[in-house]
Amino acid sequence: MGQPKTNNKTVNPALAAAERKYQRGKPVPFKKVRSGKLRGKLERQEEKIRDAVQSAARAELLLGEEAGFLEAEGIEKTYNYRQDQLSKEVDINTSQKIFSLDLPDHGPYSVDYTRNGRHLLIGGKTGHLAAFDWQTGKLHFEVHVNELVRDVKWLHNETLFAAAQKRYVYIYDNSGLEIHRLKSHMDVTKLEFLPYHYLLATVGNAGYLKYQDISTGQLVTELRTKLGSCATMVQNPWNAIIHLGHANGTVSLWSPNMSTPLVKMQCHRGNVQALAVDPTGRYMSTAGLDGQLKVWDIRKYEVLQEYYTPRPATSLSISQRGLLGVGWSTHVSVWKDAFLTKQTSPYMNHIQPSSAIRDIQFVPYEDVLGFGHAKGVSSIVVPGAGEPNFDSLAANPYQTKKQRQESEVHSLLDKLQPDMIALDPTHVGRMTRMTKQDIMKARKDEKEQDETARYEKLRKKTKKHLKRHENVIEARKIEISEQFEQEKQKRLAAKQKPKEFTALDIFN
Amino acid sequence: MKVKALSRSSNDYVRERSQDLHKVQRNLNPTIHPFEQGREYVRALNTVKLERMFAKPFVGALNGHIDGVYSMAKHPTRLASMISGSGDGEIRVWDISDQRTTWSANAHNGIVQGVCAGATDTSRFLSCSQDKTVKIWDTNSGSDPIHTYVGKYAFMSLSHHRKDPLFATAGNSVDVWDESRSEPIHEFEWGADSYQSVKFNQVETNILASTGTDRTIVLYDLRTSQPISKVVMAMRTNAIAWNPIEAFTFAAANEDHNTYLFDMRNMESAHNVFKDHVSAVMDVDFAPTGQEIVTGSYDRTLRLYNINQGHSRDVYHTKRMQRIFSVQFSMDSKFVLSGSDDGNIRLWKANASEKLGVKDWRERHHLAYAASLKERFKHMDEIRKIDRHRPLPGDVRRADRMKKTILSSEKRKDENRRKHSKKYAEEKRIPERKKAIIGVAK
Repeated sequence: MGQPKTNNKTVNPALAAAERKYQRGKPVPFKKVRSGKLRGKLERQEEKIRDAVQSAARAELLLGEEAGFLEAEGIEKTYNYRQDQLSKEVDINTSQKIFSLDLPDHGPYSVDYTRNGRHLLIGGKTGHLAAFDWQTGKLHFEVHVNELVRDVKWLHNETLFAAAQKRYVYIYDNSGLEIHRLKSHMDVTKLEFLPYHYLLATVGNAGYLKYQDISTGQLVTELRTKLGSCATMVQNPWNAIIHLGHANGTVSLWSPNMSTPLVKMQCHRGNVQALAVDPTGRYMSTAGLDGQLKVWDIRKYEVLQEYYTPRPATSLSISQRGLLGVGWSTHVSVWKDAFLTKQTSPYMNHIQPSSAIRDIQFVPYEDVLGFGHAKGVSSIVVPGAGEPNFDSLAANPYQTKKQRQESEVHSLLDKLQPDMIALDPTHVGRMTRMTKQDIMKARKDEKEQDETARYEKLRKKTKKHLKRHENVIEARKIEISEQFEQEKQKRLAAKQKPKEFTALDIFN
Repeated sequence: MKVKALSRSSNDYVRERSQDLHKVQRNLNPTIHPFEQGREYVRALNTVKLERMFAKPFVGALNGHIDGVYSMAKHPTRLASMISGSGDGEIRVWDISDQRTTWSANAHNGIVQGVCAGATDTSRFLSCSQDKTVKIWDTNSGSDPIHTYVGKYAFMSLSHHRKDPLFATAGNSVDVWDESRSEPIHEFEWGADSYQSVKFNQVETNILASTGTDRTIVLYDLRTSQPISKVVMAMRTNAIAWNPIEAFTFAAANEDHNTYLFDMRNMESAHNVFKDHVSAVMDVDFAPTGQEIVTGSYDRTLRLYNINQGHSRDVYHTKRMQRIFSVQFSMDSKFVLSGSDDGNIRLWKANASEKLGVKDWRERHHLAYAASLKERFKHMDEIRKIDRHRPLPGDVRRADRMKKTILSSEKRKDENRRKHSKKYAEEKRIPERKKAIIGVAK
């Protein structure tokens, strides 16, 4: 306390830029607070936060890996750089990541990578399911379900996955064993898994968005989109909101807490073919049947850039470092820095000869782009795509079995509830603007509503029960009706007074 | 073309031998760790639920006394040692860790009203009783007192000086005795009929405080042999405890169900008011850290407070524990002792959900993290409800509800009077910390 106050502002601009990444929100203006105790408390809190931000920025020095890059020299263009040229100039480890699986019999393939980027799941349209560790080549399982498979998705880790088959959604083990049949999810076209909420979101031809909690097995909610059949779905990893692309060119944003979409945006003049959201939750790219590829700012719901693809794009993906991958016809194009500035040419290009691209995905924490096409599955190297430094406690590509089990338990303990999903994930713990009277009134209204709802439900139930059992002849009913009859007779008899004997009665 | 692709070598990330620790990489970038606030909230919720699940504060009961336990004193230097005096005149010295009596004696003919430890470097202790005697004992020399002092009237309380062979008793007047003299060297009296309790300050060793039936607390200084000041309150104070860290602060357990924290230098206003009991507070004791107090009340409950908060952080009660007359905080600040009417001394944990024993550093870090998370989210409805939930005996709950109704209606009426009458509106509001204080005299 006796030390003189030093000016704690960071002088180095690189460090200052790093610090801005760790600053969560603006500092509290504590100098205006009148109460001395509160002012002191806030001042100490702000000091602690400043120290934490500075230490975090300085700790970046300890990060081991650096991101990849591809730089053109002279008159060379990066988009002319082919994968075979690249594999000659990089190390063996990286050139082994360029592979192609020829599977021409089983139709266009959907692909999915686990969150740590280690395991690859492929699903062929005619029912070929397989999963393997693509870095070591170890096959987990290979199975034919002999049925249409529209989409496949890993669940929380490489032990479980979901496949959207012809009629229902099935959950399998990593040995290919079918574990569950989700019969409430029908005709599903797209699957999404929200890892921090343990929710499986499905959307299908009926236009219903259904959320299933896979840790408790409960169907959380079914939402009628009322916008027809939907085949395009993506989640916003920053706030767990589901983005759906519809046939009339609108993109709607959904949370399980509201039966109507939170936001509806008119994006294209035709069908929305593909969607992708970047990991910071700031940019969304949409591709439509009109050939347009638009980049939107999700926080302000404004269009930032408009590009076009020669053929309508079938799939989009955004990497951890902000590279945009577009799959159209037999091509895969990767655009760099495409959000804030308008780029005139892509970063990299790849052609898969005579095979239409079905599904593309950037591999987390790797400079690799995996995609499924009509004749199999391929993987190409895109330098600078993946986040170089992973956090073992978040997603660890070098996870052992025990670490996997423990992280599963920890993530289940930290599981978020579906009613926490909102457009702003930082709202938890914030001060509410409602006054105490408003809060009490809201609580009272809620309680009253609950009571009337309960009463209505009970009333309906009894009415239904009575209606059903109207014509049922039960022994007890007969007893009671007999009893009634007897009592009625008795009453009538009691009412009837004994007749007085008159002279006319001699003739009875 | 300059190209470099991300290529990790597994020996940087995988351990070499199975005896090695696993390698952990950390990247604090918030993009990799989404939903920070939500996850912390869920962790805080789990913490608070686990705390309530593990809240089992009762450790054990020391039984042996036949009559109720009316006075207790902990040993100033030995952790596991404690003396208690009961209503039939018996004194027992206990080993708290073994929960058994190490020494006992039928000390007096009446209720043992006060026990205290002797000067710090001796193994002696003293007891005073309603049979007008004060006796000095030593556990090593059998069950006969070393010295007996006979007074003129029944003694109500006893306190020994920190180092010098002096002790003070309270009865008709506050007397200061020298151990070598059989008559008191000072007799203080300032207006009261009789004095309930007396306490020496263990830090400023010449200061002495006493409470009297005239609802006063009087402070004396031995160096000037004069009373310093006195504060008159609305109701009588039952007990006093000096803060072992801040020498000028003391807590006063009052009959009006509150405990007041006073600064000796300025007694016009209390420093803090500890509310929550529904009957007279009988005894109060400070934790050795000076940050917490324990109070025992006539309503059969024991409450623990934080010094800078006005409401209890925890409440302990049992069907078998009757009126509590004495409480002690153990010298490692982890346990609390209560002596009650039913003759048992109960040992409780100061933090109800704390795991006892040595904890691994990993566990300690996790507990510290969990505590700070709970602190951050404690204002939120769900968490506050679970954290505040304590099962209480039915009559305590009823009395509390009645008290709240009465106080809130009085407050409402006062506010209405202020709103609708100019005369009342001009009257200044009295702060809660001054409400019970009538005056200070020097």
